[in-house]
Amino acid sequence: MLNDILQSIPQVLIDGLTLGTVYAVIALGYTMVYGILELINFAHGEIFMTGAFIGTAMLIVLTGIGWVSALPAIVMLITVLLLTALLTGLLGMGIERVAYRPLRNAPKLIPLITAIGISFLLQDLVRFIAELKKGNYIVTGPSLFTSQIKINSSAISSVFNDASIKSSFIIVLVSAIIMMVVLDFFVNKTKWGMAMRAVAQDRETASLMSVNVNKVISLTFFIGSALGGATGVLFAVQYGTIDPYIGFILGLKAFTAAVLGGIGNIRGAMLGGLLLGVMEMFASANLTLMTGGVFGAEYKDVFAFAILIIVLIFKPEGLLGKPVAEKV
Amino acid sequence: MKKLWNAYSENKLFQGVFLLIFIAVTSLSLYLAQKSVTAFLLLLSSLLLLYFTKFSNLVKWLIAGVILVVLLPAAAGGGDAFESYMEVATLVGIYISMALGLNIVVGMAGLLDLGFVAFFAVGAYTYGIFATGQASNFMPFGTYPLSGESFWLFIVLGCLAAALFGILLGIPVLRVKGDYLAIVTLGFGEIIRIIFNNLDKPVNITNGAMGIASITPPKIFGIELIYSSQFYYVVLIILVFTIFTVRRFEHSKIGRSWKAVRENEIAAQSMGVPLVRTKLIAFAVGASFSGMMGVIFAGKQTFVDPTSFTLLESITILVMVILGGMGSVPGVILGAAVMTILNLQVLAEMTNWLNELSSSGAITIPDALSPSKMQRLIFGALLIVFALYRPKGLIPAKNPVYKEEELVSSKVLDMKQDQKVQA
Repeated sequence: MLNDILQSIPQVLIDGLTLGTVYAVIALGYTMVYGILELINFAHGEIFMTGAFIGTAMLIVLTGIGWVSALPAIVMLITVLLLTALLTGLLGMGIERVAYRPLRNAPKLIPLITAIGISFLLQDLVRFIAELKKGNYIVTGPSLFTSQIKINSSAISSVFNDASIKSSFIIVLVSAIIMMVVLDFFVNKTKWGMAMRAVAQDRETASLMSVNVNKVISLTFFIGSALGGATGVLFAVQYGTIDPYIGFILGLKAFTAAVLGGIGNIRGAMLGGLLLGVMEMFASANLTLMTGGVFGAEYKDVFAFAILIIVLIFKPEGLLGKPVAEKV
Repeated sequence: MKKLWNAYSENKLFQGVFLLIFIAVTSLSLYLAQKSVTAFLLLLSSLLLLYFTKFSNLVKWLIAGVILVVLLPAAAGGGDAFESYMEVATLVGIYISMALGLNIVVGMAGLLDLGFVAFFAVGAYTYGIFATGQASNFMPFGTYPLSGESFWLFIVLGCLAAALFGILLGIPVLRVKGDYLAIVTLGFGEIIRIIFNNLDKPVNITNGAMGIASITPPKIFGIELIYSSQFYYVVLIILVFTIFTVRRFEHSKIGRSWKAVRENEIAAQSMGVPLVRTKLIAFAVGASFSGMMGVIFAGKQTFVDPTSFTLLESITILVMVILGGMGSVPGVILGAAVMTILNLQVLAEMTNWLNELSSSGAITIPDALSPSKMQRLIFGALLIVFALYRPKGLIPAKNPVYKEEELVSSKVLDMKQDQKVQA
C-alpha cells in the first residue's frame, strides 16, 4: 500500500501545487479583507467565478478575431488577465461601497448577510448572462496551452511513477507566484502598503495619522478582488470548464486555507493554500486506498472541511497567526 | 383619511366587522373561483389582518383556528385545485416550523447557522431509512419497513435525533465565534449532505444519490395518510405545538439567557449565564423542530434524496428569518409564509404566464430568464435590501420596555409594604 502511495506522489504533488496556488491567491483576498475589516467577504468566491467567466468570454471573443488569434497565446492571456483583474477589482470596490460600507458600524451578523446576498446575486446574474449567450450555463473556454510535458521522475528513484503536466500548469504557477511576490512587496515596502497595515492595526488611530481609511479599504478590496478575478482566468485556462457555482465551494476552501495559515496574515494565506491543495489532492488520490475502499475520493470535500473545523478548534489563530486576546 | 384610520385602529367593533367581511368575501370568492390563487392568498392574509387587530390573544387564536381548520379547507375544497392548495399550505406550515427553529438559533441566541437544513435532512432520513427496506441492510434485528403507525413515534425520534446532531455540532463550534461559526456550520451542512450522498457503500444506508423511494406512508386508526389535505392537519397540530413552545421558551429563563448571550457574551457570562449550556440548548431546540418537520416531509413526499438539502435551502430558511425579523415570532411566521408562497405560487404562476405569452407570440422571453429560475437572484436581493434598509425585518421583535419611573415607584411601594409587614 505504501508503495502505491509513494508511486503516485510526483503526480499528486504537481496537481496539488496547481490547486494550491489557486487556493493561495484566493485566500489572499479573504485574508486581506479580514485583516483590515474583520469581515469574511463571502462574495469573494463569486468574484473569482465572475473573473473566470469574464476571462473566458474575452478569450472566446479574441480567438474569434482573425489577426488576434495569430498572436502568441501568451500575449493574449496576459492582456486578458490584466483586463479581467481591472474589471473584477472595480467590481470588488463596488461591492464594498454598496454592501459593506453602510454597515461598518452595524452588528457583525448584518454584513455577513449582505455578503451572502451579493454572492447569490452574482451567481444568478452570471448564470443568466451565460445562459442567454450560450444557451447553457456550463461554459467551456478555448483550449490554449494543452501540450503535455512528461516529467521523468522515475529516473530519480524507481519508487516513483512518471508524472505528466499540462503546460498551462507552468503558466498558472508562474503568474500566481508573480502575483504573490508583488503583493508581498506592495504590502511590506510601499507607502500604501504601510497605510493598509496601519488601518488593519487600528482604524481610528490610523485615521488620526491622516490615513484616508475609506480609500485604503477600497484599495484593499480592489487588490483582493483583482487577484481573485485573475486567478479565475487562470483556473478557467487550467481546468477548461466553468459554471456559475464553482466560486462557492472553491471560495469556502480558500477561506479554509486562509484560516489554516492564520487569517489576516498574508504569508500565512499563501502557505495555507499550498498546504490545503496538496493535502486535498493527496486525499483524493489515496483515500480509497488508505481506508480499504470505505471512503472514496468523493469525501475530499469533507476532508477539507474537517481540516477547517480541527484548526478552528485546536489552533484558531492558524499556523502563522498570533493569538489575539479579546478586550472587554 | 387619517381620521378614519384612527377610528379604525381604536375601535374593536370596526375591526371585527371589517375582518369578518374580508374573510367572508375572500373565502366566498375562493369557493366560487377555484382557480384564483389571489383569493387563496387573500384568505391567508386575513390572518395577518387578524394579528393587527386589538382583540385579546385568546380570541385571536380562536379566530385563526376557525379559519385554518374549517374555513380554508372548506373554501378551497370545491374543485380540482384543492390538493394543490393544501400542498402549498402544508409546505408553508413545514417551513414556518423550520424558520421558527432557526429563529431560536440565529434570532434569539445570535449564532449564525448556515447549515440548518442538515437537521431537516437528519429528521427526513431517520424516518426514510426505517420506513423502507433500507434499514434491514444494517440493523441486526427487527423486520423492515416498519408499519405506518410507527410514524408518530418517529416524529419524536426525529426530533431527538436532530437535537442530538445539534449538540454534536454545538460541541466543537462553541470554541469559535461569530463569522467563524457561520463558516463551520456551513461546512457541517455540506458534510452531512455529502455523507448522505455517499453512504451507499460500504453498507447501503442512505442509498446514495438515488435517494430513498416509496417510504411507507403514515397510518392512523387504519387510515393511510397519502393526501396533502390529510398532512395539512398533522402539520397544523405540530405547528401550534411549535409556536406554543417557542413562545414559552422566549419568555423563560433560558430565553432571556439566549438574548443576553446574543447581545454580549462576556457580559452575559459575568452575570452568571452558563455559555456552553445556553448555546447547546439553543442548537438542540432549534434543530429539534427541524427534525420533526423532516420526518413529516419524508412521510408526505414518500421520497427523500440529498438534493432536497442543499445550501440553497439553508439560505432560504435564513431569508425567511431575516425578512420577518430576527427574534420576532410573528415576524418569522410571516416571513416564512411570504417566502414559501413566493417560491411555490407566485414564481410558478409568473413562469406559466410568461410561457403562455411567449407561446402565443406576444413577447418572447428566453428560457434563461424564467422567474422560477431566478430564486437565487430574488433571495440575494431580498437579503441585501433588508440588511441595508430594514435590518429588524417586517415585524421587528418587541422587547418588554420598562419605564424607569414605574419601576422606581413600584419598588418604593414594595419597600413600604415590606416595612409595614415588618412593623
